[in-house]
Amino acid sequence: MMLRLFKRNSLGVQDFPGFGGFSFLFYLYLYAPIVVLVVFSFNANQSATVWSGFSLDWYRAAFANQALRQAAGNSLLIAVCASSIATAIATLAALGTSRGATFKGLQLSMGAIMLPLVLPEIVVGVATLALFSTIGLSLGYGNLIIAHTVFCIPFAYLPIRARLNDMDLSLEQAAADLYAGPWRTFRKVTLPLLMPGIFSGLMLAFIVSLDNFVISMMVSQAGTTTLPIFIFGLLRMGVTPDVNAVSTLILGVSVLFVSLSYLLGKKKT
Amino acid sequence: MHASPNTHSLERRRALHSLLGVSPALLAIGLFLLVPILIVIGYSLMEANPYGGVNKVLSSDAYTSLLFERQLDDSLAFTDSYLVIALRSIGIAGLTTLITLLIGFPVAVWLAMQPVHRRGLLIFLITVPFWANLLIRTYAWILLLRNTGVINNSLLGLGLIDQPLQLLYTDGAVLLGLVYTYAPFVVLPIYATLEKMDTRLLEAAQDLYAGRLRTLRKVVLPIARPGIIAGAILTFVPCLGAMIAPELLGGGTRMMLGNLIFRQFSDARNWPFGAALSLVLMAAVMLVLTLYALRAQRQRIAREGA
Repeated sequence: MMLRLFKRNSLGVQDFPGFGGFSFLFYLYLYAPIVVLVVFSFNANQSATVWSGFSLDWYRAAFANQALRQAAGNSLLIAVCASSIATAIATLAALGTSRGATFKGLQLSMGAIMLPLVLPEIVVGVATLALFSTIGLSLGYGNLIIAHTVFCIPFAYLPIRARLNDMDLSLEQAAADLYAGPWRTFRKVTLPLLMPGIFSGLMLAFIVSLDNFVISMMVSQAGTTTLPIFIFGLLRMGVTPDVNAVSTLILGVSVLFVSLSYLLGKKKT
Repeated sequence: MHASPNTHSLERRRALHSLLGVSPALLAIGLFLLVPILIVIGYSLMEANPYGGVNKVLSSDAYTSLLFERQLDDSLAFTDSYLVIALRSIGIAGLTTLITLLIGFPVAVWLAMQPVHRRGLLIFLITVPFWANLLIRTYAWILLLRNTGVINNSLLGLGLIDQPLQLLYTDGAVLLGLVYTYAPFVVLPIYATLEKMDTRLLEAAQDLYAGRLRTLRKVVLPIARPGIIAGAILTFVPCLGAMIAPELLGGGTRMMLGNLIFRQFSDARNWPFGAALSLVLMAAVMLVLTLYALRAQRQRIAREGA
């Protein structure tokens, strides 16, 4: 079934021989490591890379691990807070840049919003650490939430702006023609239509926060270990099968959220 | 075309609303990213505190130690150890970019030639790994590459080798991991430029007896050029500051700039030097992006002029 996707029936002008096979190998390259990881997370053996039978032991071990549960809880808390704040900020920004009148510095503002995406993560991490250490801010989770909110903003902003730009302006104009005030138009027309974009942005921001390692590592203090930092610590001690189990769970969450975001984004305007 | 005073003030009010909408984002990014970068500049000009942080004493040590080492007699001697790491980062980032382009171009062309109803799913499948945790994706390669990993075990099992090959902790492993991470970044922009390509162009080329290779070179490649350049930037820029792949797949000995910077804030406790290195990295990234922006602008002007 899958192979048929990559096969051609007869050679037309659009067919470049070999490209289909090459693309198939490319997909294999993309998914092979992930599949190996998932498979070995169900391995009965102590060894992380020799297969010896199906087992859920490593999941049991992972769930029983107190430090791991704590790290997962921290990550969730930070991701929920940071992605919600970032999405609220990004929604306002997207409305400002796509719906309002143009103003001086519009282009520059859009550039500034993309800045956290453009700068190397390590530089953002160093800068945030420098700020917190200079003003002596030590709020525990607060520090991480602030840092995560900043780099989540562009990830939330992009899908919301894309949705706004795709939206049919005539609906908003119709509302205005029917004497709906700007606020009523926004609440009854723009916002409901924009909702899929907002959800899409929220989910992407959520995953980006959940997955972030470099910036969290720079900013986190004792007691605010996030899941990626915890996993990195485990990796430093060696490859063990419980890492596979935890990793598979995190991958599952990410894939779920991306799929939801994709399906919502596809919803017709 | 005469705006009445009424529409004029309406226009002004809408502009004000826009500004209000954008201001929380600008405030957050200004306060927590731009101001911190100014602090980093400040830190790079101070003296290191051996316990972490900085002493508030002006010093150019961080910058001189980029290229010079202080000898026992307090004289400075040229050292290339950091230069080597910087050049290695540029080299690995460049090579990664080249390989991802070579892999990404045929895949993007193939995608653009697929029937429209299939494309959505195929594109989605390319983006999924990007959203999966980078640390975990890179770790997964360890499972494949290490001495007792899947690849070595298979080769040993097949009797093709007697001894496990050293695949992990090599420059090749770092390269493999980076190509893996950034290949989608190349496929997607190239695909975006080809997506709406008029396939009649291909017919025309082949009616005029252009072979497939010639069609690719003379028709497809020029159309894909903006996507190729965008993909190259999207790969090269983050690769320069890559940290996870060299740390996990290079075993910490094949350092790149990102690892060197991180080390200044962890083991080495030399914040000013780390700050100076961050600024060097940021300047390199900004240079590449500025060149790209200038090129795009020149082309826009050329198009509008024509």
